[in-house]
Amino acid sequence: MKIKFWGVRGSIATPGSSTVRYGGNTTCIEVRSDDNDLIILDAGTGLFPLALTLFPELPLTCHLFITHTHWDHIQGLPFFIPNFIPGNTLRIHGAYDPIARRDIREILTGQLQYCYFPVREAELKARLEYVTLRERQTVQAGSATVSNILMNHPVLNFGYRIECQGKSVFFTGDHEHLYNIYEPDDEEFAEYELFMSQKNQSIVEFIRGVDVLIADTSYTLQDYPAKKGWGHSTFDANIALAREAGVKTLFFTHHEPTRSDDALERVLEEALTRNPRQPGDPQFLLAREGLVYEL
Amino acid sequence: MGHSKEKLIRLVDGMPAFPPSVYHILKLTADINCAPKELVRVIDLDPILTIKLLQLVNSPYFGLSRQIGSIRQAVVFVGINTIKNLALTIAPMEMLSRDTQNSPFLEGLLSHAIAVGVIARHLARREGISEVESTDFFVAGLLHDFGKIALHRFFPRKHAKALALADKKQLSLLEAEQQILDLDHAQIGALLADKWRLPPGCAASMGQHHDWRVERSSPVLDCVYAANIIAKTIGVGDSGNPVKESTLPPEVEHHLGGTLPELIGTLGDLSGEMHKVQLFIHSWQSGSSGNPIDLT
Repeated sequence: MKIKFWGVRGSIATPGSSTVRYGGNTTCIEVRSDDNDLIILDAGTGLFPLALTLFPELPLTCHLFITHTHWDHIQGLPFFIPNFIPGNTLRIHGAYDPIARRDIREILTGQLQYCYFPVREAELKARLEYVTLRERQTVQAGSATVSNILMNHPVLNFGYRIECQGKSVFFTGDHEHLYNIYEPDDEEFAEYELFMSQKNQSIVEFIRGVDVLIADTSYTLQDYPAKKGWGHSTFDANIALAREAGVKTLFFTHHEPTRSDDALERVLEEALTRNPRQPGDPQFLLAREGLVYEL
Repeated sequence: MGHSKEKLIRLVDGMPAFPPSVYHILKLTADINCAPKELVRVIDLDPILTIKLLQLVNSPYFGLSRQIGSIRQAVVFVGINTIKNLALTIAPMEMLSRDTQNSPFLEGLLSHAIAVGVIARHLARREGISEVESTDFFVAGLLHDFGKIALHRFFPRKHAKALALADKKQLSLLEAEQQILDLDHAQIGALLADKWRLPPGCAASMGQHHDWRVERSSPVLDCVYAANIIAKTIGVGDSGNPVKESTLPPEVEHHLGGTLPELIGTLGDLSGEMHKVQLFIHSWQSGSSGNPIDLT
């Protein structure tokens, strides 16, 4: 299995001289099974440069998994060039939105309305298939299996676990570690702690033992108090998660859009100093646009 | 009127209580930084809302892999923001949606009520009213014709007669109700507002939306009064009243900064907003857990 990062930036694309090394495109991760099945996690702006590399493989079948449909995770989709070419198949998976009452197809075709984009869905030449997933539904993507768990973000967000021939990857999508909404002296505090530990435990068990964990790490400990409840996590929370779940490699991604390359390296270093290396620790790496990681 | 007054009081006594949680939720959620535990507290105090929220969270819409048994557990598993948005959509609909099934009149009235709520909020925003306060305008508009629902529920045959009479003679429904029932929806609306201790703007909207006078003018009443006429003019929903006013009182025009056609011109495309509210009510009525949608 092979992973390639095409977009590692959170929230909004950030081109410019201060993000040249880690990249400014928003979330998009290419995963290849050993049989070269194409699995794509999220369709942020990084999907476009990825699409440009696919011509030699046409016609192709692509398995796209959308963690959630916020802009930075879908904006590249209209520019997925294989969609304009007959013979290709794009199978799009994602959650139902119970607030807007729309399934994944309704949400994404909304993006192709004439006022947003000149080409309507009906005019696309590829075969588009939509799969609205339930939590923990497992689907086959070529030779790989993909299962999901609900994470914590202000919209339903699935974290996906991909497994193929003994190798595994988990991507959180956007996720904020859980926190207790009560104060310790509130009577509801203990009950909420219990629910949190159940949910945390279910996430840890779901991730347990993966070779690669790719985690939304938008914030530092200093950033976090002002951004609590925004649905993104910290270096420290993800280091703890990776340790508890016994993963082998942790990639920090969804880099905060105002963070320069230098600042990003600095805050990682600070986080690693705060969390000194322990025996059995995973390796901790910053996700970088263009980086290929072979499992 | 002696006889009907007794009837009225009996009728009002028989109406359900207005959930105070509706107001609290609208207020709390208008603040982006509202404390999650406050929201949970308000929902916890309203057993009906709690049950409906849990029904939805456990429905196939969410597709969760486990059963959720309490609001706090729901907050942990699907997130405070989702619960907040769910509560926000459920709360004000709760009062209106219960009785409207299987009645074409009440269906049409519901669309009309939604339109008046959405337009009243739009007019309030135009006036520079804050988002927190503009929810009052929405609820006031949504509930302005609640007296009709009460009449229709308690005197179904007579109210149907009043509707037919208004239609045949092109009378205002208010007059037709007076002729047939010896009472009208504005009277009962005022009494209900009083029983429910609704804020003055909302009470005025329910009791005086046909009787605008300068001395009673208030921002909420002006907006609901105009919104009611606008909704009828643009033909969204059906209030059961065949009489359509073609102008607004000059004072209302002055307060809202435009004539009827000018105000209609500012609406833009509110149809999406109305459609969404309507869809929600329909899916709500069809029973969120009883009729699962196809998610395959």
